[in-house]
Parts: sequence; C-alpha cells; structure tokens
Amino acid sequence: MNYPKDLLEYLYRMMLRIRVCEESFVEHILNREVKTPCHLYSGEEAVAVGLCAALSKEDYIFGNHRSHGHFLAKGGSMKEMVAEIYCRAAGCSRGRGGSMHLIDTDVGMMGAAPIVAGTISLALGAALASVIRGDGRVAVSFFGDGATGEGVLYESLNFAALKNLPLIFACENNLYATHMPIKECRVDQPISKIAEPYGIEIYSEDGNDVMQVYEASREAVETCRAGEGPVFMEFKTYRYRGHVGPDDNIQGSHTDIRPQDEIALWMEKDPITRFERHVMERQLLDSGRIQHIKEEVTDEVREAQAFARKSPSPRQEDLTKYVFA
Amino acid sequence: MSSHRKLQYSLAINEALRQMMEADRSVILIGQGVKSPWYVGNTAQDLLALFGDKRIIDTPVSENAVTGAAVGAAIAGMKPVVVHPRMDFMFFALDPIMNEAANWYYMNGGRASVPVVFWGIINRRGEQAAQHSQALHGIFAHVPGLKVVMPATAYDAKGLMVAAIQDPNPVVFVDERLLYSIEGPVPEEIYCVEIGKGCVRRVGNDVTIVAISLMVHEAMKAAEILETGGVAAEVIDLRTIKPIDKALILASVRKTGRLVVTDVGWRSFGVSAEIAALVAGEAFNALKAPIYRVALPDCPAPASSVLEEVYYPSAEDIVEAVNRVLKD
Repeated sequence: MNYPKDLLEYLYRMMLRIRVCEESFVEHILNREVKTPCHLYSGEEAVAVGLCAALSKEDYIFGNHRSHGHFLAKGGSMKEMVAEIYCRAAGCSRGRGGSMHLIDTDVGMMGAAPIVAGTISLALGAALASVIRGDGRVAVSFFGDGATGEGVLYESLNFAALKNLPLIFACENNLYATHMPIKECRVDQPISKIAEPYGIEIYSEDGNDVMQVYEASREAVETCRAGEGPVFMEFKTYRYRGHVGPDDNIQGSHTDIRPQDEIALWMEKDPITRFERHVMERQLLDSGRIQHIKEEVTDEVREAQAFARKSPSPRQEDLTKYVFA
Repeated sequence: MSSHRKLQYSLAINEALRQMMEADRSVILIGQGVKSPWYVGNTAQDLLALFGDKRIIDTPVSENAVTGAAVGAAIAGMKPVVVHPRMDFMFFALDPIMNEAANWYYMNGGRASVPVVFWGIINRRGEQAAQHSQALHGIFAHVPGLKVVMPATAYDAKGLMVAAIQDPNPVVFVDERLLYSIEGPVPEEIYCVEIGKGCVRRVGNDVTIVAISLMVHEAMKAAEILETGGVAAEVIDLRTIKPIDKALILASVRKTGRLVVTDVGWRSFGVSAEIAALVAGEAFNALKAPIYRVALPDCPAPASSVLEEVYYPSAEDIVEAVNRVLKD
C-alpha cells in the first residue's frame, strides 16, 4: 500500500518519541529523582501510535496505569508529561497526579487511572455523549490483558453493543498481568473471543506492527463513525520493562518471572526497528532522514527532561487548590 | 521465652496465617498477588509451598468476583481471608463486603453467619497519588455488620489476624505497608488480641491522644516531645475501630479532661469525628477544652512528594494540637 511520506515519518517519529522519552526516565527512576510509579510503555509503541493515527484530534481516548504512550500518541505535550512525572507544577496534572494520571483534554486525551478497568466505563460514557450530541466522535478505551478479569469490561461491551456506541475497546495484550503470566489468570482462549457474544466487529492484530495496527484501526474508526460500533481490538505486544519501573526487581525481591528467551524473542520483533527496516528496504524513507528524526527526537526529549527537572514543585500552600468539596 | 522473641510486623501476619491454616483446614487465603512479594510483602511467605494452590489462591484482577467468592465460601463453611494489596482496589468489591457480608447475618435472622476476613493494605506516600494511597476504614466502620481492626504493632498484627479469622462474623483487617518493617515482641504460640479492646501505650494525666494504626507511632513520638516540655500525654492505641473501645477512651478523657484524636483517614465524617462525638456526648462535663483532630485534610492524596509532606500529619502536628488543647 502507498502511504504518503509524511504519514510514515509521523508514525516513525511518534514511536521514537515514546521510546526515547520512556527510556530517558530509567536512570532517574533508579536514582529516585522520579518517585512516582512509572509503568513504562517501551515495546508497545506501535499500538498507541497506530491507533491514535487513525483518530482525529476531537476523538476521545482514556488510558490506564501504562499511558505515557497513549498521552504522547494522542498529541499531548511531552514537556507537560515529563513535568508531571517529576510531579512538578508545570505538569499536565499540576503535580497532583503523577505518572498514572495524564490528561490533555485539548487533544482528546481524557485521562488515565490505574484502577484496573476503571476507565473502560468512562470511555463508554464518552461514546454515549458522542451519540447523544451526534458529533461523530469516536472513543477509545485502552486497557491491558489483566483488565479482562474485571466484570465492568463485559458490562460495558454489552451496553456499547446494545446502543451501537462509537467505542473501540483496545486491549493491549502484553501477556502479563503484573506478576502473572496470562495463562495463570485467564482461560487459555484468545482474548478477542470475549467480544463474540456481543455480535460486534473484532480485530486481533500484531501490536508490534504499526502499519497493521493503523490499517485495522482505520477500519474500526470507520465502523464506529458509521454508527456500527462498538469494535473490539486485541493487540498482541510485549513490554520490555517490568510491570512498574525499569525492571521487575522490585523491593529487593526479584519477581520477574518472564523467561529471558521470551524477552529476546520479542526484542527481535521490536516495532521501531521493524518499521525502520520496512521503510528503508522499500526506500520509503532514506537513512539520512531517519538519522535526522532520531536527532530531533533526542533533542526534544533532552529539552523536556531539562524543562521538567528545573521547573518548580507545586507550592505546599496550594495543597487543596483543586478541592471543591 | 517465647514472649521475648521479636518479629517483623509483616512476618507476624505471616505467622498468624500459617498457624491458623495449620490449625484449621477451612482457613484459606485468596486475592491478587498472594504469591508476589511485590503485592503483599512477606506476609504470605512460604504459604503456597506449605498449603498448596487450593488454599493459597492468587487470582485474576477480579476484585468483585474474588471477594464475593470469599463471602460465598464463608457462607458455605470456609474461613477465607481475602486480601486486597491496595485498599483502593476494594471499591470494586464493596458490594460483596457492604451489601452481602455485612448484612447477611441480620437480614437472614441470624441463621447464617459469614466468617470472612477482608484484609486491605494502605499504601500511602511514594508519589502514588489519589488512587493508590487511600485509607477506607472509616467507610467500612460506618456499615453495621462489619468489625474493623487496625493493628499498630507486630504483636497486635498477629493477635488481631488470629482473632479476625476466629471471629464468626466479617472482620475488615486494615494494615499499612509502612508498618511492615517495624519489629516487636511476638509470642510464638497462637493468641488473640480481643476485637473491641484498645490499650494505653503511654500513661499520662494532661491530655489523651487517641491514635490509630501508623498514627500510634507518631503519637508516641509526640508524647516524647511533649514530655520534654513537662506535658504528660496519655496515648491510646485504639487497635479496633469497630466495635470501638468506649470505656477506655471515656476513662482516659475523664482523667485528663483533654482530647486529641489522630487518624490515618480523612478528617471529615470519619473515625475521628465519631470519637469526638462519643466523648462530647458521654464525657462532656469532663472536658476542659475543645477536642482537636489530627487527620488527613479533606483532599485526595497528591502525587508530589512536596505536597505529601503537608498532606500526611506527623508527630509535630500532634504536638501542635496538644499545645492548642492545653491553652484552651
């Protein structure tokens, strides 16, 4: 398929922005400059980037505990996000939310929250609002494979299907729910099958292939805009880092139960290097351009880090500033 | 001598669970993360190896169903302990806790009791923000049909867990991750700390400080500071929130005439308000000064550690409150 060069550059740049930004936190998490629990998105970039590229700015997304990538892919400001992760006053949530509460309503990033499945029904409500107002917006709920254990997912599927809501259930299946391999906490059936009883459109995609994610997402968005939603999408992907923090070596107890060869296998399917190879082999982007984007992204991340680290914390006298009751 | 043995708070819970599971085959531990130290510290250490995955059940993220399953298993004759490694995730489980378990005995005319322990861990601080830091004991204590215990010491952690498991009715056991590393004397044998009984941690005549959980330690620090200024504070560790140890609180206030209450929960409509109302209602004439409360401000937990510093009250705040009470 022929894609305009600027779209290819956009997808590449956005995935790289997420990766480089995520990895820029590692040393600061380890030296405790960053204290807020960071659930890094490295490895899963293609999902947020491919799906959000199929959305318009007005469309809604809702995130979860691992939403740095969602925020950036929807167009949120990197400086504000990094500042929030340092819990600074200039952060997108003014230092009140930290890593797990990222928001930029101007670009349709409606919020994120770490209660598992907690935002699925909120995305349902945003889709409902879209239908009531008839404004054609699509809502996306990003959740992980762990959230398939929560009843509210099934309640939301039924209600969304009943009302034909423009809602994309976007399940990022990274094979682990915190410390549990998916096989220990789910029946051994494809996640995409959970949507079958609701008679809705279902996709099961390689979440490490940004073009595949983008293609499928464009179809899903079209279905929703045509009033034939909701849509359920499962993206198979993998997180490079631990559930929270750079690795799973948490609190002095090594809890990473992921086999090294499994990690290595997924590293080979890295969404960014795959895309690089794809565009270079087909001469869609040349290596000079790729290098240029890399340099720009590195500079952007460096600037965002510098901005965040030198910006002030919220003032203690402002503790209750946003309390209204 | 066994009573001189020291144990970590978290290992005291572990010992209670192990001994109760050895003693009674109907005791089970179920909940998310029971095999992960990241979730439950070392409270569940060795239990899986000792008792197997039929009785030590790590679960999917399904708080409502898993907690309901614990309630149902209790109705069917088991004695489940269901753990929520972060209390904030208990909101999905409020229906089985508050609608079903709490009401079951009464609404069925006393024909079936529900011997279940709802164990929730508070995880304050660490820039974890509003949904990873909450203390919900006040909400549970509000509901008729739930007992609520909050141990502050290793000794009480074991004794109250044992008592909670032995209790024929639902008990909410609330602990605090910041207490897990403290050590104290813990007898090796099975023992109970009676539910409904607080204790005096420090005797004094000038002011009564009623404290809960983590705040007991802050209150003890405050009492030491106050002593250097010649003020003798009496510190009560409530240990059980509900049923509340009315007699202990009232006797102390009748002696000192002054009361400061310190809670790990929010200030308004919570446990500290209940204690203030209790004393105002039943020991009004003994009071020489207004009652002061040292609790969380009515504000969600902030992420920023700079804000956390002013959000969470400390010994200094208790000292300040006592000084105000003494002036009035």
